[in-house]
Amino acid sequence: QITELCGAKRVGYFGPAQFYVALKLIAAAQSGLPIRIESIKSELPLPRFMALKNDNEMRYGNAAEIHGVKFQIPHATLEKNSFKRADEGDKKQETKSPPVSPMCSPPASPSNYQRILLNYGYGKSRSGLEQPHGVPYEARHSTNLQDGPATGNYGSKSALVHSSLSRSLSVEREPQDSSNYPDDPWRITEEQREYYINQFKSLQPDLNSFISGSVAKNFFTKSKLPIPELSHIWELSDVDCDGALTLPEFCAAFHLIVARKNGYPLPDTLPETLLPDYLQPASLKPKRDCALLDSYSESLPVSQQTRDFNRTELETVREDPTNSELLILFDVATSVVEPTSVEEMPDKSALTQDANSDDNQALNVSTTAKTIPKDFKPSQHLSFKTVVQESNTLKARPRSRSYSSTSIEDAMKKGEEPPTPPPRPQKAHSRASSLDLNKIFQQNTQAVKSGWLPPPPALPPRPFVSQQGPHHVTNTEPVAQAKSSYAEFRLKEQTEQVSEIELQPQMNRAPSQTEGSSPTRKEILLTQPPSKPIRRKFRSENQMLENQELTPTSSMTSTLPAVKPHLPAQNRQSSKQKRAIQTAIRKNKEANAVLARLNSELQQQLKEVHKERIALETQLEQLRPVTVL
Amino acid sequence: MAVCIAVIAKENYPLYIQSITTENELKFHYTVHTSLDVVDEKISAMGKALVDQRELYLGLLYPTEDYKVYGYVTNSKVKFVMVADSSNTALRDNEIHSMFQKLHNSYIDVMCNPFYNPGDCIHSRAFDNMLTSMMMQVC
Repeated sequence: QITELCGAKRVGYFGPAQFYVALKLIAAAQSGLPIRIESIKSELPLPRFMALKNDNEMRYGNAAEIHGVKFQIPHATLEKNSFKRADEGDKKQETKSPPVSPMCSPPASPSNYQRILLNYGYGKSRSGLEQPHGVPYEARHSTNLQDGPATGNYGSKSALVHSSLSRSLSVEREPQDSSNYPDDPWRITEEQREYYINQFKSLQPDLNSFISGSVAKNFFTKSKLPIPELSHIWELSDVDCDGALTLPEFCAAFHLIVARKNGYPLPDTLPETLLPDYLQPASLKPKRDCALLDSYSESLPVSQQTRDFNRTELETVREDPTNSELLILFDVATSVVEPTSVEEMPDKSALTQDANSDDNQALNVSTTAKTIPKDFKPSQHLSFKTVVQESNTLKARPRSRSYSSTSIEDAMKKGEEPPTPPPRPQKAHSRASSLDLNKIFQQNTQAVKSGWLPPPPALPPRPFVSQQGPHHVTNTEPVAQAKSSYAEFRLKEQTEQVSEIELQPQMNRAPSQTEGSSPTRKEILLTQPPSKPIRRKFRSENQMLENQELTPTSSMTSTLPAVKPHLPAQNRQSSKQKRAIQTAIRKNKEANAVLARLNSELQQQLKEVHKERIALETQLEQLRPVTVL
Repeated sequence: MAVCIAVIAKENYPLYIQSITTENELKFHYTVHTSLDVVDEKISAMGKALVDQRELYLGLLYPTEDYKVYGYVTNSKVKFVMVADSSNTALRDNEIHSMFQKLHNSYIDVMCNPFYNPGDCIHSRAFDNMLTSMMMQVC
């Protein structure tokens, strides 16, 4: 937290200013004050730091050893631990003493690390991230404790630390895979990654989708880098050269900007660590074979499961991005709590690259559409390598980590300087579960404004899906069904209670969309699995449809307005939720029938138009030989 | 073996010129400039036909004793002109064609960059590298 706060203006290392701020914040934390920038201003006792400081220096001397690595890791996490505890207002002293003891006993450090991790009880999703974060944090910390943190010194120390860490890395490759992070400026630390993800979300709420070029341009222009450099950064980071940035591309671009602002010259080619392929598994390789982490993560499978499950509820309607690669890898990483992810990763990357190279929409639509109904079970681990699940877990990770998203927004409002990477500290909260809900609701409010679904507070609409199953097989009614159901549920968006219903028609829509055959461009939009941004498009599509269609819509609209006034009356009353659901179900079915008719009519019209067109073309052909001589 | 490659905008001003640095660099620039007339001729020759039907690759624009000039036009009237050394007889037409395709793709990548305003000179490093490699590879 403190690193985030004080490093908010710079990144990657602790400059003198950051270090002083950090110390001040540590003092504040130890005095029980909340960690904010303002607390620096107050008179604070010196932070009780002496033991740690000495140990840092000691450890840096031993940095060449593997033990040194483990030393640093526990120290870093312990420091963080202590910060968090301070923030939560308890056990400051306790966490201070454990740090001291492991310092003195290097061989015991792994066990201490484990113990402390288990005691950590914070940021469950951070479990794997602690380690990589801890290492760079510590490495930076130790390097800068040595001398004034001039960049040159930083560079030299980083080389030293890096070499030591890389040696240790070679020995314990898999468990400590993240330990080679320390000071490579082209690696994205977890803090930074979170920050980037939050920024991405602020620009484009759907994490699986793209940020368009113009949006990204405006955003990056705010960083006040010269345009040619931004242009170069774009070239480097937009790997698929499509004029839009996916999440890993965005993180890479952001990271490059941040690095540039800190004085690093831009590379001519994208560093390997910033490649989208790399970024996806790298960011999600939290659970390694490291026994420590396994034990830790095992202790929280249930909570994670439940959280993932909540995410599935939330995220079943995610838009299928063309970047299936991202999603599938996310899925693999998050769904694998056991240490088999390493082997899977290469397979997945190969698989996903193939998928990516194909026409993503067609491919992924079918997979996601079919798998959406399945995804509602909480037991969605390895067997469901689906895009939606991936998106779920994808959302799960940033969501659960994005404690500080609101604070970031505050920071954004304050600072008008987007490329300040580490986010402000989160509001204090004791329970991750409650936090998640808070986040959910905050996201919901935002989502509602942006036309998103609020997450369903409860349970599986799965039975509902099965009911609707037969409908899908027979009906091909992407447009109309979406329209009516969507029109109805737009009203219900106001209340979370009815959000389950939205899921159901969306699920209905999903399979039916894959069978949809409307040759218009709407098909492209509609054949994507239902998702929150898509809802917006559907809304506009529905509006367009309404404009374009004449007579068929009259019947539709007549039913819809009847529905609409009926619904608001029910909306506000939570006790009538069930009734509302049932009425919605009925209305849905009615709408289905109507839309089916509508669809058939439209198909007929389309055929007629086709025939006319063919006739005209043949006429043209006949006339043409006459003119061309 | 291309000795000079130029990208020329719709309004016939150069967006990008790169030559293998010899003392005659200006000569290549002049050659490219004069070749624009030929390009325009070829474009206007198919004026009646729809743009879709027009070939993008214009082929050999005109040969001189030292080198040959090839042309390629995109649908947005951006022209690529390549000056190739005549001494390299092994250079076939379809090779030039593929080189132009690569050039076109690189140009598209440059355009995709939101920081690039169409009509600006091309400063992209990636583009430079690509062209340099293209010029060097057949050397």
